[in-house]
Amino acid sequence: MLSLNNIHVTFNAGTPTEVRALSDINLKIADGEFVTVIGSNGAGKSTLLSVVVGTVKPERGSVHLDGEDVTAWSPHRRAMHVGRVFQEPRLGTCSSLSIEENLALAAARGKSRGLKGALGTRQNRKWLADQVAKLEIGLEDRMTQPVGTLSGGQRQAISLLMATLLPMKILVLDEHTAALDPGAAAKVLALSTEIAETRKLTTLMVTHSMRDALAVGHRTIMMDSGRIVLDFTEEERAKLTVQDLSSLFGRAIGKQLDDDKMMLA
Amino acid sequence: MSLFAFAGALESGLLFSLVALGVFLSFRVLDFPDLTVDGSFPLGAAVAAAALASGVDPFLATGLAIVAGWGAGLVTALLNVRFGIMNLLSGILTMVALFSINLRIMGGPNVPLYNVDTVFDVAQSWFNFGLWTNTVLIAIVAFAAKFLVDWFLKTELGLALRASGENPAMAEAQGIAVGRMALVGMAISNGLVALAGALFAQLQGVADVSMGIGTIVTGLAALIIGEAILGRRMVFVATLGCIVGALVYRLFIALSLSAGFIGIQPQDLNLVTAIVVAIAVVLSKGRAQRNRRRAGMTPRRAPAAKRAG
Ligand SMILES: Nc1ncnc2c1ncn2[C@@H]1O[C@H](COP(=O)(O)OP(=O)(O)OP(=O)(O)O)[C@@H](O)[C@H]1O
Ligand SMILES: [Mg+2]
Repeated sequence: MLSLNNIHVTFNAGTPTEVRALSDINLKIADGEFVTVIGSNGAGKSTLLSVVVGTVKPERGSVHLDGEDVTAWSPHRRAMHVGRVFQEPRLGTCSSLSIEENLALAAARGKSRGLKGALGTRQNRKWLADQVAKLEIGLEDRMTQPVGTLSGGQRQAISLLMATLLPMKILVLDEHTAALDPGAAAKVLALSTEIAETRKLTTLMVTHSMRDALAVGHRTIMMDSGRIVLDFTEEERAKLTVQDLSSLFGRAIGKQLDDDKMMLA
Repeated sequence: MSLFAFAGALESGLLFSLVALGVFLSFRVLDFPDLTVDGSFPLGAAVAAAALASGVDPFLATGLAIVAGWGAGLVTALLNVRFGIMNLLSGILTMVALFSINLRIMGGPNVPLYNVDTVFDVAQSWFNFGLWTNTVLIAIVAFAAKFLVDWFLKTELGLALRASGENPAMAEAQGIAVGRMALVGMAISNGLVALAGALFAQLQGVADVSMGIGTIVTGLAALIIGEAILGRRMVFVATLGCIVGALVYRLFIALSLSAGFIGIQPQDLNLVTAIVVAIAVVLSKGRAQRNRRRAGMTPRRAPAAKRAG
């Protein structure tokens, strides 16, 4: 169980550029639950995910993971339980390192890193290649190539694999298909749901596509101005169309949606 | 150029390849522009000289210099990581502080080493290649350092360090304590520089408090020249480039000095170095941009079947 309790986040507090990014967020997500997050630009979606991974410290409130208070944990300590895929494919991997070196970094997560060879034994390298083979995008034969030579979709698939390589609990996806062309986006999205399902991961996925938000996962929350304004369970969601969702959202925040703010996909 | 001058250029070239390796670790691997180097080079010299003068074994004295270099690197990294001081300023602060510390260690502006046995004297008793004995010893040290750095950067810790330098957000997401990696890398980097300082003092027969001036620029010049000649794609090529670059740079300096090339005098060396570095940076920038443009094209040319989509 992941729970966020009374989370408040303010950027640049006390300056003219003060922004309330999150105000009084309360959110409980059950183990294995897949939650999609939608909302207009600047609604606080990324900030919410940053609070979960620990890169943004809330000024008030707490983050609990399976009953344990992890609010004060550094991001690298939380990485033991929390995996993250970034929006920008270049952010999730190291361009100059090979595919297998990137994966080796992920394979050492939560362990102490010493002076052993990073790639380990031949079985170890074989295991890494086997994991890549499961992605079914033909990268297992290119393990020694620098990741910088891969396409955005391939890099994002590797990032996803790195985020989930070891046993972990929480998967955090922040518009991780937004920078990809439609074909690659669909493939990476399918991979994400498959991994989340087979591994029973508690997942938070931000998307700008209302259709994906409704089609994927078990639950959808909608944010506006740093608050969670709508929260649909799986049953409630099943009856909703994209049109319903956007008009409900418009009513919830008391204004019609600008088409340029939220793409109706 | 006389044979003697040539041997001298080789010696100092190999010696400064240690500095270039240190600068490679900080500037390239960690992405930390570290100016501590101008202080840790004479620090190594001062510690080794003070130890030698009080009768310590020359190899132990050189080892102590390396440890002192680690300390200097740690201080700079701590100023940056723990106290949030900008990386350039952190290095400058340590460098300035080291000037006073080096004077304290040596008990004066310099320590002559004429009456004590140095590592080079000991080496002389192992093997004797005449004029080339010192060159051989420094070459052994330089290549050993290169291979150690190559090996280290392939270990779990080394890989984590590279990731922290190249992509801190990703490193953090993979459970790497990015700040701690900066501490490790900066310590190793300045340890190499201090080793160079310790050997330089023993080679010259004197440690001098002002001998660090321009070390960083020389190290950078060697690094950049090496990259221009060999490229920087793979670690073992980049580290080889440090040695090649330092040799080329020192030979170039020796040549222009001996030829009286456009009237260059020893006191003009730092100016020449600064100009060489500036030109090399501008040139390598142009090349990096061209490479990036070319790299940007590759994904679009990749066969559709191999793409994730
Ligand atoms: N590091 C920061 N410093 C200052 N302000 C920030 C910072 N990060 C986010 N903000 C502000 O906080 C608010 C919420 O930002 P956030 O990135 O969470 O929005 P978002 O819902 O992810 O938007 P988008 O859909 O555009 O990604 C915005 O007003 C943003 O400008
Ligand atoms: Mg965002």
